[in-house]
Amino acid sequence: MAGVAPGGSGSGSDIYRGNGPRLMLPVWVFIGIFLLLPVILMAVYSFLTKEFRGGVIWDFTLAAYDQFFLNRGLFGDEPATIEWTYIGIFWRSIWQAGLATVFCLLIGFPTAWYVATRPASTRSVWLFLITIPYWVNLLIRTVSMKFLLRDTGPLNEFLMWTGLISDPLSLINTNFAVQVGLFYSYLPFMVLPIYAAVERYDFSLSEAAADLYCNNWTTLRLVILPAVKPGIVAGCILVFVPSLGAFLAPDLLGGAKTFMIGSLIEEQFKGAAGNWPFGAAAAMILLTLVMVVLLIHARVQVREDR
Amino acid sequence: MKTFLTTTALAMTLATAAAAEGELKIYHWFEYIPQELLDKFAAEYDVTVTMDTYDSNEALLAALKAGKLGEYDVAVPGDYMVKIMADEGMLDTFTPDELPNFGNIQDQWVDVEFDNGRHSTIPYQWGSTSFSVNTEMYDGPMDSLSLIFDAPDELKGKINVLDTAGETLTLASLYAGIPQCTSDREQLKALNALVQGAKPDWASFGSDVAKDVLVSGDAAAGMIWSGFSAKARAEGAPVQYVFPKEGMIVWMDNVALLKDAPNRDNALKFMNFLLEPENAAAVTNYAQYTAGVDGVAEFLDPEVANSPEANPPADVKGVFVQSCPEEVQVLYDAIWTNLKK
Repeated sequence: MAGVAPGGSGSGSDIYRGNGPRLMLPVWVFIGIFLLLPVILMAVYSFLTKEFRGGVIWDFTLAAYDQFFLNRGLFGDEPATIEWTYIGIFWRSIWQAGLATVFCLLIGFPTAWYVATRPASTRSVWLFLITIPYWVNLLIRTVSMKFLLRDTGPLNEFLMWTGLISDPLSLINTNFAVQVGLFYSYLPFMVLPIYAAVERYDFSLSEAAADLYCNNWTTLRLVILPAVKPGIVAGCILVFVPSLGAFLAPDLLGGAKTFMIGSLIEEQFKGAAGNWPFGAAAAMILLTLVMVVLLIHARVQVREDR
Repeated sequence: MKTFLTTTALAMTLATAAAAEGELKIYHWFEYIPQELLDKFAAEYDVTVTMDTYDSNEALLAALKAGKLGEYDVAVPGDYMVKIMADEGMLDTFTPDELPNFGNIQDQWVDVEFDNGRHSTIPYQWGSTSFSVNTEMYDGPMDSLSLIFDAPDELKGKINVLDTAGETLTLASLYAGIPQCTSDREQLKALNALVQGAKPDWASFGSDVAKDVLVSGDAAAGMIWSGFSAKARAEGAPVQYVFPKEGMIVWMDNVALLKDAPNRDNALKFMNFLLEPENAAAVTNYAQYTAGVDGVAEFLDPEVANSPEANPPADVKGVFVQSCPEEVQVLYDAIWTNLKK
């Protein structure tokens, strides 16, 4: 990849020819310092021996992974069976993130479609409106959501005022609240890529499909969706991956009653546990999971492009 | 005119800050020292003060271990954490003559188990950890930890517990009559069963929100620190702080001189400053705990001095949280993880 000079495919600009690697240098330095180095550090730490109350001893061991996958009972002297605790925590996080992605897609796609089909002059206004709430810090937005959802909050007050309910709905400290928080936090990450894809979509294709007796549903399924699929996939990844590691919404809106991947890892570094190698191992396992998903996606993409 | 004055004052502050003699870097609990007191110190000693905050003793330890040692001059660890930090070699020492106000420390707080003779720390504030109940939502008897661990119907699903294993499991141990740092299997199993059984009645785990959930009414009962409960009351929450018959946690936070402090002299000036009764009282008036310094009484707000939270009945049992040895601590960690899995 590094060897291909930009514009080097015979398109004229000869000054770049042969300078590819040098021109790529800043990118590699950036990736090296901010991506590779931290990941390598984390990988190494996950194989070290834990020091009591945080810190590591430089003895290599698989103890952290053993703790993650194998259960030897509370006192560590029972025969090893599969440890479901951490797999369960991961599964819950994946489920939450997946659900948030689905909700974002269901609302985000029509929204993006609507914006992209407005006249060019008003589109920027719509996009502007979508991004405005995101000028505010995520923590503040999450806390505000807590104010809205609590028993004495405006939503419950309104519903009680209309007489639809007589007692406040218990919304706060539930999975529902976590979903609302995740949905609200990441919706624009779904809307914007889909918008970009729909904007490039050639609407004469829809007309052609109609001429060939496609009904609306078939047009959507056979013509529009394949055309805007890259935007949808990008949106799903952009929502799913940060939702997976989210801990603000589960902590503030879900009441921190159960660990999510993010809070489990945080606890290893900040809590009484102080088990850094285990935190690093959990982070590595999460990273591996995400990488596998992205690689499968890349594979499929390459096969389809062929 | 007012704007002009403010601007001038601001410019002067900035100018002073730029020309200040030196710096002081404090690592402190959140919401635990009035800004005016920091400003007073900065003005009196011509020092630029910066402060970062943490929300648990363990978070303090983790940050220092992760490379922040050498960045801060003083921190404010609780009793058992002083011991841990001393064992980790994170504390510097001083001699009493380096602090002219050393003699102001109350006698009972000089020879303490975690820093005998006070060579690295001075008392900051002490108080207790128990729980508070909203008296509009519950009007039954309030004398037992059973309200948290075996909740009556009125409180079910409306309880907040502190999100730190040390405090929550210690209160649970007090309720179950189990000693701290036990390695007895049956006792640990009983502790595990107790918290597992109580959890369905708990609405949330949160430490930094402990006061807010009571003020907002999200929680009808919540574990809380004594001064935080007094503040919740001052903010309008109809809460009563409970002194349980099973006992409660007593703690003392201490200003500790950190190893490799970049501004050791200013750190000692600051510690000496905090041993001045008027300044110790300013902290107490703000945080609503109790100072460990003689002579503060005349500077205290009456409602703080007489608050029910700061004046436990004589017969209530208070225990310090103990730091367990590693092989025992992992068992408590496992119970905590199991609780939140």
